[in-house]
Amino acid sequence: MENKTFYNEVVTDHNMHPLHKHEITDPDLVLDGVNPSCGDEISLQLKVIGGIITDGSFVGDGCAVSQASADIMLELIIGKPVDEAKRLSALFLKMIKSEATEEEIEELEEAGALEDISHMPARVKCAVLGWRTLDEMIERLDKK
Amino acid sequence: MREKVQEYRKLFPLLSKDIAYLDNAATTQKPLPVLDAVRKYYEEDNANPFRGVYDLSERATERYENARAKTAAFINADGPENIVFVRNASEALNLLAYSWCGDNLNEGDEIVVSVMEHHSDFLPWKHMAEKKKARIVRLDPDENGYISDETLDNVLSEKTRIVALTQVSNVLGRVNDIKHIAEKVHRAGALISVDGAQSVPHMKVDVKDLDCDFLSFSGHKMFAPMGIGVLYGRKELLDAMSPFMYGGEMIQTVHWDRVTYAETPHKFEAGTVNVGGAVGLDAAIDFINSVGWELIETREEVLTKRAMLGMKDTSGISVLGSGDWKDHKGIVTFLVDGVHPHDTADILGRAGVCVRAGHHCAQPLMDYLGVKSTCRVSFAFYNTEEEVDRFLEELSKVRGLMGYGK
Repeated sequence: MENKTFYNEVVTDHNMHPLHKHEITDPDLVLDGVNPSCGDEISLQLKVIGGIITDGSFVGDGCAVSQASADIMLELIIGKPVDEAKRLSALFLKMIKSEATEEEIEELEEAGALEDISHMPARVKCAVLGWRTLDEMIERLDKK
Repeated sequence: MREKVQEYRKLFPLLSKDIAYLDNAATTQKPLPVLDAVRKYYEEDNANPFRGVYDLSERATERYENARAKTAAFINADGPENIVFVRNASEALNLLAYSWCGDNLNEGDEIVVSVMEHHSDFLPWKHMAEKKKARIVRLDPDENGYISDETLDNVLSEKTRIVALTQVSNVLGRVNDIKHIAEKVHRAGALISVDGAQSVPHMKVDVKDLDCDFLSFSGHKMFAPMGIGVLYGRKELLDAMSPFMYGGEMIQTVHWDRVTYAETPHKFEAGTVNVGGAVGLDAAIDFINSVGWELIETREEVLTKRAMLGMKDTSGISVLGSGDWKDHKGIVTFLVDGVHPHDTADILGRAGVCVRAGHHCAQPLMDYLGVKSTCRVSFAFYNTEEEVDRFLEELSKVRGLMGYGK
């Protein structure tokens, strides 16, 4: 059996040396995300000023896929408007469902490294944990 | 012995695939004699048992009751009336907790539950204790899973009504000395319920020798199909217990204003029963008896020893519980330094090595040991040295694949 792996360098690197795994001071938004079946958990923190995500971070515990995916997501959305983050998150979910075009995957930059997860149903929930939490956060923000 | 194992392996269709199936504590694969027996039952003897007076229904009843007698003999129970068929050990423990506690537990009473119990041997007791305003008293083994006399003495009191304890921990693999513990529990005036899910498939369990009051186990962990399990109980205790589920087949007479329930064990088996599963369990017991405990235990020891010594030689691997292979009944739970267990199990899985990752339905034990989740490798007698070596080989690559040591 071939030991093909989506544990590529992008994923292992973000897992071992995350850029955004820490607390930030005075976050505007904090939301916990959990995968009850496997115990992955993250707490996502964002700072939003004038509709722009000016800073963000996460803390948590879980598999490399869940942790790296959250780190990659933050790298992508920091500095972007909330609406853009929402759009990118939708693109990511599209990619995980194997429905995204090559151009769309390119827009996701490093998150494109998680494309192969779409063939691993058991790991999809790990990959989307951070994004799902982000979506919920934005939804709550919209309702305010 | 290795040649014999090769012969037995041929009886397991699934083992012919190119995988190393090392998740036997979760469920075992099924041999042809079991699969054939179930198929033959459905082809030749299937009818709703107990109901029909025609020959076919009588045959189905006979097959079911034969399985009960076979199971009773297997664990050296007094007789078939000590055996209640259920879906699995979880259902057995739920039946017991609901029914026994419902009838016998009072406010202020204590139930002793060890911290290493499977959620199935914790949550039903916890639920009933809360309902009855009784107290759950936690029994903590040492970090190797050992329960000392002192530990036991500290939790037993005149308020203790029942002790719920596993014979083999599904995480630590440790065998508890039930015979000794049961004696102490009885001396304290309490009952002991033994979770045999991980022991009955791997060693001779004799309820008379252990002197346990209840024993629960699942068929699917001992080569039988999923959906058949056993609650053993002392006859007088089962007789005194109320039914757990109500419905067809568990009554003698039902009138609008008065009901008489069936005798033990039928009063606990409402609805159409799982004859096919019971026939499979019957065949699985025959299979285990034909293989023999000597071969089963020796082979599992050989494999456990080989795995644990190999893991000791692999950098970045730590084993939970005792470091001595003799303390592991075919179950070894471990961590790979810096790698989340799900990633480890995923990487091994891609290489065809099936191991379990997660909390193994024993989160209180995970908390107690200070870990969130772990990987577990568990053996059956049909596993081979080659499979252990394949596991070790793939395990040694995990840290590298996750970017360590580059």
